[in-house]
Amino acid sequence: MGEKSVIEAIREAMREEMQRDERVIVLGEDVGARGGVFLATQGFLEEFGEARVIDTPLAEASIVGIAVGAALKGLRPIAEIQFADFAWPAFNQLLGEAARACYGSFGHVRVPLVVRIPYGGGIRGGLYHSQNVEAYFFHTPGIKVVAPATPYDAKGLLKAAIRDDNPVVFLEHKKTYRLVRGDVPEEDYILPLGKAEVKHEGSQITVISYGLVMHYCLQAARKLTSEGISVEVVDLRTLRPVDRETVLGSVRKTGKVLIVHEDNRTGGVGAEIAAILAEEAFEYLDAPIRRLCGPDIPTMPFAPTLEEAYMPTTEKIVAALRELAAY
Amino acid sequence: MDEVIALGRRHEAAGLTHEDLLSLYATMVLVRALDELILVLNRQGKAPIGIPCRGHEAAQMGSAWAALKDGQCFFFPYYRDLALKITVGVSAHEVLLSFLGKAGDPFSNGRQFPLQGADLRRRIIQLSNVVAAGLPQAVGYAWACRYLGEKTVVLAYFGDGATSEGECHEAMNFAGIHRVPIVFFCENNGYAISVPQRKQMAIENVADRAAAYGFPGIVVDGTDLFEVYEATRRAIEHARVNGPVLIEAKVERLSPHTTDDDDRRYRSREDLEQARRRDPLQRLRQYLLQEGLLTAEQEAAIWERVRRQVEEATRQAEEAPYPSATTLWEHVYAS
Repeated sequence: MGEKSVIEAIREAMREEMQRDERVIVLGEDVGARGGVFLATQGFLEEFGEARVIDTPLAEASIVGIAVGAALKGLRPIAEIQFADFAWPAFNQLLGEAARACYGSFGHVRVPLVVRIPYGGGIRGGLYHSQNVEAYFFHTPGIKVVAPATPYDAKGLLKAAIRDDNPVVFLEHKKTYRLVRGDVPEEDYILPLGKAEVKHEGSQITVISYGLVMHYCLQAARKLTSEGISVEVVDLRTLRPVDRETVLGSVRKTGKVLIVHEDNRTGGVGAEIAAILAEEAFEYLDAPIRRLCGPDIPTMPFAPTLEEAYMPTTEKIVAALRELAAY
Repeated sequence: MDEVIALGRRHEAAGLTHEDLLSLYATMVLVRALDELILVLNRQGKAPIGIPCRGHEAAQMGSAWAALKDGQCFFFPYYRDLALKITVGVSAHEVLLSFLGKAGDPFSNGRQFPLQGADLRRRIIQLSNVVAAGLPQAVGYAWACRYLGEKTVVLAYFGDGATSEGECHEAMNFAGIHRVPIVFFCENNGYAISVPQRKQMAIENVADRAAAYGFPGIVVDGTDLFEVYEATRRAIEHARVNGPVLIEAKVERLSPHTTDDDDRRYRSREDLEQARRRDPLQRLRQYLLQEGLLTAEQEAAIWERVRRQVEEATRQAEEAPYPSATTLWEHVYAS
């Protein structure tokens, strides 16, 4: 067991899977000699060679499209999209093609593909290096969507994603890459996709979150303990398929719920969670379901005042939880 | 007479036997009969959509025949490739199951537009209707075949319209860089539904673009079975060792885009009449008759056999059940 950052955990997961299985390859912009702009594939070119570490032209649609084709042949490609903000040209291949391949061929083909996408803000990235894109993938049957928050989860879930026979969108919050550190076992381990985790136990309010802001939820929960407010934090970890049991179990216990995500409010993951709770846990609710989300603007702007105003911060989460506690 | 002798030399030079030719002609007759039948089934309200391949047969069959002879090819076709699919072994019965959306459709079990999905027994993957979307996939597939040490060459088919898509450019660019074993096969019929070639591109030949990707591009008469066969045979050999080739087969679209289209809105009858002179079926028939390779009796027997075959296939397909509604949730995910 050693303490590692999220990016180190991700690198370790990929390296171990590539050592284990020759069908695993990586492709994307700058993944070779540069090791990726976030150094996720640092040292891979030297270790695995040009045949398995492919520096692609700057063309996202074909990065994913070529990976889809290789996956159709039985390889297990890991495609890297440099920033979520650049993923849009690849949406056709990912949502239009990969997500529908198994269904549209009545199971004759499968697409064991991982598309890693660094996403999210709070890093002064402005409109085109801060975007949250999860809702688009979350909406689409046929793909799985993973959004880990910790190094331990990132490694175990990425290994599961690589071994999964379906297209998996693996969302890595950029601000967690070096900020968040934690214990990561050296040995091989897998965390099953589709399982949320209670990251902080509590009895009065459930907070449901994922990614960077899940850590802000943890900070808020710890802070409120001293005020006598007991908050349970559920980290979704996998967005699709969403772990209904863990979410419902926690809310049935606490009776109050706050959903927190950085992505825009309308049509976001939180909207679906709220709908599930309204449909299946209505009788258990002691207060209206609350959401604390990114506002419905194109994404967080560049100026620090505007970025701060966009982000769900620990302070905003604390305030929302106090209101819920008082309800 | 000189012309006939020249043609005769050509078919023998291509390595096609008399038996090959009769088989190809019978297949082309079957394709034409199915094309006609699907139009009728559409007008009867039984087939929701028909995508005629009339005018494209020689391009599809000549290339597919070369791939079959090679024995190590894989296909990424597109929606107009009925003749290709029949050439590589899809039966008339399966074609009709597919057009009627019946259970047992080998491509998608009634989920997709006809003959779309995947039929791995025939080495075909065609995931969607989105033009050019299959091209990067075909490149990735071919790349993976080579990575795994196979000798496979992928044949990727598309129309002239698809060449305007960014994914076509991206696919060809990557294929050129990595010398991927793929033959890009463009069936250029001069129309993207209603938009004529002059409004799609400022050049005369799609094949000219290959130079920009660092691989050969050739133009062939796509209504001439032998020319297509010979060009594809060479292209497959080249692709296996030296990387991509772009073949542009100049064909005619002798029907509207689909059964939902009315080409009178944008295509003059004179243009269509002109195009009919290049009907691949008539060209092959004329050749066989001129060469004395087909007797009137043989021709009549072929049409009669096809008529009975299609009639029986239609009866069986019409009687076949639709997919059960219980299959709705199957294969959303691979398990």
